[in-house]
Amino acid sequence: MTDLSQPAAAAQSQAVPDGIPLPLWLLAELTYRCPLHCAFCYNPIDYTDHSRELSTEQWLNVLREARALGAAQLGFSGGEPLVRDDLEVLVAEARKLGFYTNLITSGVGLTDKRLDGLQAAGLDHIQLSFQDSTQQLNDFLSSTRTFELKQRVAASIKQHGFPMVLNCVLHRYNLPHVDKIIDMALAMGAEYLELANTQYYGWAHQNEAQLMPTREQLDEAEAVVERYRRTHGERCKIFFVVPDYFERRPKRCMNGWGAVFLGVAPDGAALPCHAARSLPGLVLPNVKDTPLREIWYESDAFNRFRGLAWMKEPCRSCDEKEHDLGGCRCQAYMLTGDPANADPVCDKSPSHDTVVKVVNVARRAAAADLPHEQPILFRNDANSRRLASAAASGGTSGEISGHGNGNGHTGG
Amino acid sequence: MNDLTRAGGATPTADCLTISKLFRLQWEPAQNAHVLLYPEGMVKLNQSAGEILKRCDGTRDINTLIADLEQAFNTTGLGPEVRAFVADAQSRGWLE
Repeated sequence: MTDLSQPAAAAQSQAVPDGIPLPLWLLAELTYRCPLHCAFCYNPIDYTDHSRELSTEQWLNVLREARALGAAQLGFSGGEPLVRDDLEVLVAEARKLGFYTNLITSGVGLTDKRLDGLQAAGLDHIQLSFQDSTQQLNDFLSSTRTFELKQRVAASIKQHGFPMVLNCVLHRYNLPHVDKIIDMALAMGAEYLELANTQYYGWAHQNEAQLMPTREQLDEAEAVVERYRRTHGERCKIFFVVPDYFERRPKRCMNGWGAVFLGVAPDGAALPCHAARSLPGLVLPNVKDTPLREIWYESDAFNRFRGLAWMKEPCRSCDEKEHDLGGCRCQAYMLTGDPANADPVCDKSPSHDTVVKVVNVARRAAAADLPHEQPILFRNDANSRRLASAAASGGTSGEISGHGNGNGHTGG
Repeated sequence: MNDLTRAGGATPTADCLTISKLFRLQWEPAQNAHVLLYPEGMVKLNQSAGEILKRCDGTRDINTLIADLEQAFNTTGLGPEVRAFVADAQSRGWLE
């Protein structure tokens, strides 16, 4: 533990501009490479266009600069961060700098040897993803055979004494298994379970028609979660992230643009939110040529939707604007074509019917048990290249059309 | 922390207050505050909470902790406030 008796000692030597909060949460997306091919991945669909990764030294600089700005929580993510063989070096430096270090992993590649190395480096916590409580669905959704491996990895994580968060992304296919997923988390000794309903960005947006659950499925799952919270809440804290398509008010996305979160993509692009890469006309500054301080406080990208001044109607005159901050900019763009519009999850948005339509399509499909019109599109390099080139040529291939909002939601 | 050399500290026992190993207490210069860090989260502490929790290092029971605080801040009567905070911290899982 750092020396707590040390006084503040003017560590904040440079003045902080008034009214701009600190970037407390740094997400280091070390790589887009990933052994899994999950259909609900939020990574940009054209990730193969941005695959040139920062070097170890460049990442170390990012960590130092972010810590100097006040970042305290650090997530190592991706892709799969374990494919970087310098992960232990980065964790060790991060820990030395005083970060709380979180590894966000699929578990693939997390051998006992690497767990030893990460523990020696001072890693604080591991978040392990599962796709389902059954091998069949886990392996189908990730397009891999990884279920048993993940179970072994979970046991090793606990043997090493790390706090463990299990994360499972929820959608139409696995919502009916929520009780079994919770049982699995309890059996594995997870301290936290994050049941994150799919957010429809990146690959998930491509697969929205297949993944979108029904209201009934969600209500049942939430009732199950409530029951477990009452009986097992002491042992395992269960988070249930509600899918906002079913709400009438938008989420307070990222707790505000440029307010807490600073993401750095594998190629060094600085991200005000995970999905910022999809916004047109937003020039993302790069850590390779711009100091992080300048990126956070001065760049157009981080100031574009900061605060409330950018809002249009109905947000501008809305008495709830300080509560939800107008919702999600990427969703506003995907569904209305303008990232400065109100998030159409809000029923005050003139485009709210686009959200209702998506939900209703899923309900009708479930009721009629219709065969799906299109196959699930797995996140892999071949699909990414095809989608990126389709977007670049201004067209969409037959396989990836059919979302019906006509707003060109592909990235780049 | 050098206040451990103070005479009269309790012998470490099961009654000694200790931060849960799911949490890490740390001074953050940028926030000018103590914070509790845990998986993907952080609690910013006010000054009293920080002063109490930094003494929950496995060497003091509640009585010693109160005496220690009263001496450090040259005051008396902190007992009820400290006990209430410690009970709250325990219910939040911050303490072992």
